[in-house]
Amino acid sequence: MKPFTTLTGVAAPLPKANVDTDQIIPARFLKTIARTGLGKSLFANFRYDEQGRENPDFVLNQAPYRNAEILIAFENFGCGSSREHAPWALLDFGIRCVIAPDFADIFHNNSFKNGILPVKLPREICAALMEDAKLGGNARITVDLERQVVVRPSGEEIPFEVDPFRKHLLLNGLDDIGQTMQHKPAIDDFEARQRAAQPWLYA
Amino acid sequence: MAENRPRTLFDKIWAHHVVETLPDGTALLYIDRHLVHEVTSPQAFEGLRAANRPVRRPDATIAVVDHNIATDSSRRTGITDPESRVQVETLEKNVVEFGVPYIPLLDARQGIVHVIGPEQGLSLPGMTIVCGDSHTSTHGALGALAFGIGTSEVEHVLATQTLLQKPAKNMRVTVDGKLPLGCTAKDIVLAIIGKIGTAGGTGHVIEFAGEAIRALDMAGRMTVCNMSIEAGARAGMVAPDQTTFDYVKGRPYAPKGEAFDRAVAWWSTLPSDPGAVFDKEVVLDAAEIAPMVSWGTSPEDVAPITATVPDPAAAPNETRRAQLERMIQYMGLTPGQKLTDLKVDVVFIGSCTNSRIEDIRVAAAIAKGRRVAEGVRAMVVPGSGLIKQQAEAEGLDRILTEAGFEWREAGCSMCLGMNPDKLTPGQRCASTSNRNFEGRQGPGGRTHLLSPAMATAAALAGHLADVRDYQPQGSH
Repeated sequence: MKPFTTLTGVAAPLPKANVDTDQIIPARFLKTIARTGLGKSLFANFRYDEQGRENPDFVLNQAPYRNAEILIAFENFGCGSSREHAPWALLDFGIRCVIAPDFADIFHNNSFKNGILPVKLPREICAALMEDAKLGGNARITVDLERQVVVRPSGEEIPFEVDPFRKHLLLNGLDDIGQTMQHKPAIDDFEARQRAAQPWLYA
Repeated sequence: MAENRPRTLFDKIWAHHVVETLPDGTALLYIDRHLVHEVTSPQAFEGLRAANRPVRRPDATIAVVDHNIATDSSRRTGITDPESRVQVETLEKNVVEFGVPYIPLLDARQGIVHVIGPEQGLSLPGMTIVCGDSHTSTHGALGALAFGIGTSEVEHVLATQTLLQKPAKNMRVTVDGKLPLGCTAKDIVLAIIGKIGTAGGTGHVIEFAGEAIRALDMAGRMTVCNMSIEAGARAGMVAPDQTTFDYVKGRPYAPKGEAFDRAVAWWSTLPSDPGAVFDKEVVLDAAEIAPMVSWGTSPEDVAPITATVPDPAAAPNETRRAQLERMIQYMGLTPGQKLTDLKVDVVFIGSCTNSRIEDIRVAAAIAKGRRVAEGVRAMVVPGSGLIKQQAEAEGLDRILTEAGFEWREAGCSMCLGMNPDKLTPGQRCASTSNRNFEGRQGPGGRTHLLSPAMATAAALAGHLADVRDYQPQGSH
């Protein structure tokens, strides 16, 4: 996983609540066995018409936002399905950070596992950042994970909260299977105890 | 943690499965059962292969195909869609390479992963159960802690049989009283989501309680827990009771004989203690629930079938007004229009929410002696091959096909638009599935969520209809 330290880039405004994972990546694109290549299908139902032509009104089809690395949206971002294809599609497009008032639980988890930082900020701040983002390529936003601040184009710094363990993994690009493997003796002990108490759980 | 503090069902199952607590409070949680399907597993097995890691507990894991497969007879002659075929073949290679038990496509036990788990006794009370699918919450109906995970977590469980998890908060939704005529478990859960919203349960595990929940059979409890995720909850659960134990007894993977008795003794200790504290409590009166239908593109946008399409002009704020306008436009509605005036093109009875034998019996009872309206495509998709067999043994398939319904093979089908069963743009569908998101059942498709009874009524009427006008005919 690519570490996430500091990101400065163009932010795309998506002023919608309840952006669900079927919007982020419709199910017909889930028939893949790879993690990569989903960027072209990100928000496919909004980005393309029925003939597959680009819809010029959709934000990610507009010049500065084609290179967006930050996405700003409203409440309950990532609700719906558990598909990790949602963060994979965002990542493949180039998005490394999503800012919203809150996130659905599974999407929130999945983002961290893929080096995408979900930043929770109050709605009025998200709305203000969207106004910044509307300035396009002239308004770069910085997300500094180490210092836990979002820096507006004006230089104003907005602090955010992040779980310390997840921050550590993101900053260092660590995958958590390796971390968990260090607890193998404890897992072995747990299984021995459970097998004695509830043998029906073991074939 | 105080020893004698009254604990919730969730607290107890959680405590039973904590392998270790890390300094920051994250728990390493042991997973008893891992269900695997073709769509969210290929990248996880690929990760194991790249790191040269085995599956730690193949005996606690089981794989099945359900999401991308066709539900017509074409499956017998091979999968025609090349991408779907590659995904299924990849799973078949992976289960062999990693020694994971597998239910093949043409096996009678094949079906939707959340239907076959309980059906086979793979899902048991007190277990931790995960699957790379958000509707894993279904299995909570047995009194288990069951939740959906992403593919990275699928790989984590395959490798370690554990997950790193922060404890959830406790929420209780109590549904008191008795359900009125024409209402089912689906109406309960749609009413709950309508009340608390799609983020109402975020960060929480919901325990469903109260007289109306206790009175539900296991299929009904599964329907309710299934849609916990649509309320944003991490999981939904119902405390195990005699209904649960009777359901589990004798299932292929359930404990037998003396082991079953020991298991029941333990399962009986799981219900929330009197006085257990919930972080959030919601109470509904079952008597006030009416047959429900969703009209918008979020599962919280539901109304009784007797209602009309809302008017954006009456919205409490600008954001909601814009949202209502977008939904009304997408759904092809007019403010003030009666919901019963909405003509349907397709009726879908199926999905992990409503494809069990009980659901099919309800549909057949209402359809018996009646006809699907002209121009409506109505399909019934059993949740598993065994349910299909059972329905055929009861003659339900004949009742339904004589009424004009299609009778299909088991799978996820039209719930999610990733197999051949899809809506075309603009088609309106009365669907017993769980999500009415834009494009969920196919690009441009318009979904109305409702119960199997209401879906059957819509098929017969040709428009959304009140099931109370379509009670079973003849002596019942």
